Amino acid sequence: MDFQSCVNINKEWDIVGARQIGRDFARKIGFGTVDQARIATAISELARNIYLYAGTGKICFETIEEIDRKGLVILAMDDGPGIAEISKVMEDGYSTSGGLGAGLPGVKRLMDEFDIISEQEKGTKIKAVKWVR
Amino acid sequence: MDRKLKDLVIENSDTIVQMWLEEISKGRQNDYTSTISEELFESTNREFVNVIFASVEKQGITTALEDFSERLVNLGWPLSYLTDGLQSFRRVTINYILSEQNQVGTEYFSEVLQAVDNWVDPIINKLVNEYSGSWEHIVSLQRVALQELSAPLIPVMENITVMPLIGTIDTERAKLIMENLLDGVIKHNAEVVLIDITGVPVVDTMVAHHIIQAAEAVRLIGSTCILVGIRPEIAQTIVNLGIDLSKFPTKSSLRKGFQSALELTNRKIVNTSESHENDIEQLVDSLDGE
Repeated sequence: MDFQSCVNINKEWDIVGARQIGRDFARKIGFGTVDQARIATAISELARNIYLYAGTGKICFETIEEIDRKGLVILAMDDGPGIAEISKVMEDGYSTSGGLGAGLPGVKRLMDEFDIISEQEKGTKIKAVKWVR
Repeated sequence: MDRKLKDLVIENSDTIVQMWLEEISKGRQNDYTSTISEELFESTNREFVNVIFASVEKQGITTALEDFSERLVNLGWPLSYLTDGLQSFRRVTINYILSEQNQVGTEYFSEVLQAVDNWVDPIINKLVNEYSGSWEHIVSLQRVALQELSAPLIPVMENITVMPLIGTIDTERAKLIMENLLDGVIKHNAEVVLIDITGVPVVDTMVAHHIIQAAEAVRLIGSTCILVGIRPEIAQTIVNLGIDLSKFPTKSSLRKGFQSALELTNRKIVNTSESHENDIEQLVDSLDGE
């Protein structure tokens, strides 16, 4: 069951598309409704970040299976301006666009694993994993 | 030259039509048209090829072509049916002319190609334009329809107004929600506004941000905003995201929200039949006392 699919984010409505596909993936893997909502929200945040700050990018989904557990990997990639101060972005309440500033720290709390790599002028890559409990 | 080729094609239209029909049916097995019934497919093909010939003959766009494309659009035939059909027509016609004439030479080749292109291209352009125009029209109509139901405001009782939200909230819709909410509060003189998010599938920071702003704006004009319809899973994601919704009251369901709205406006729901029984009981009690 190791398949992958990607959604390109170019316009605001692509966020909805990404969310839908992510939710389908989560349902198929066997997440409960609460975790499905968590995953959909996390995808929404990541996709919106791409749309707001990078303009275009993509979100990929992958299922991972280990001996005793399986889960969903969400990869958010863009070639945008990158993030200057990652530690600041991961603080609650920090926003450059007048938002709530809960997006990335929120995603980190919604998911089980969270990894961010960002290079200025090159882009950002975020990997988030949720395990089925 | 063009004239001559055209006469040749029109005179032998039967053969070309036959070739075209064969070509079209060949690719049919495993594509989008396989769900369409055989008879309909054949009659549409016949009509299509007649329309093509009519436009080639008259050298231009005919009303028959317009009618035909309009009908296909309405029936929902895929655009690729039209483009595939015209491409095969081009292929078949060129092959036919070249095989008939027995002339060789690059100049002749390019003349034939150009002549056929001149017939087919305007038809393709016309059909594609018609098709995309019709889709754009549908999309714009749906957009208007969506906008009309994107932020409804229902004055359920004096001083109490409900705004049920269903579906995804994007930036444009968030703006509409704010405007309608404030307009409605003033217009209906509402003291309490209930925003119902039962039908909102995902509440992320952007949606929460817009709701907080709307509630704050409602507070500024002197009314109270109650957020209702927060499902358990949404409550958990809001907590995980760390969104602070403590500035205004929230309730799990519209019913509970409505009850507290009534309390805020100093009213309550009274069950009339029960109070009636009480009245009678009281009457009996008072009679007993005498």
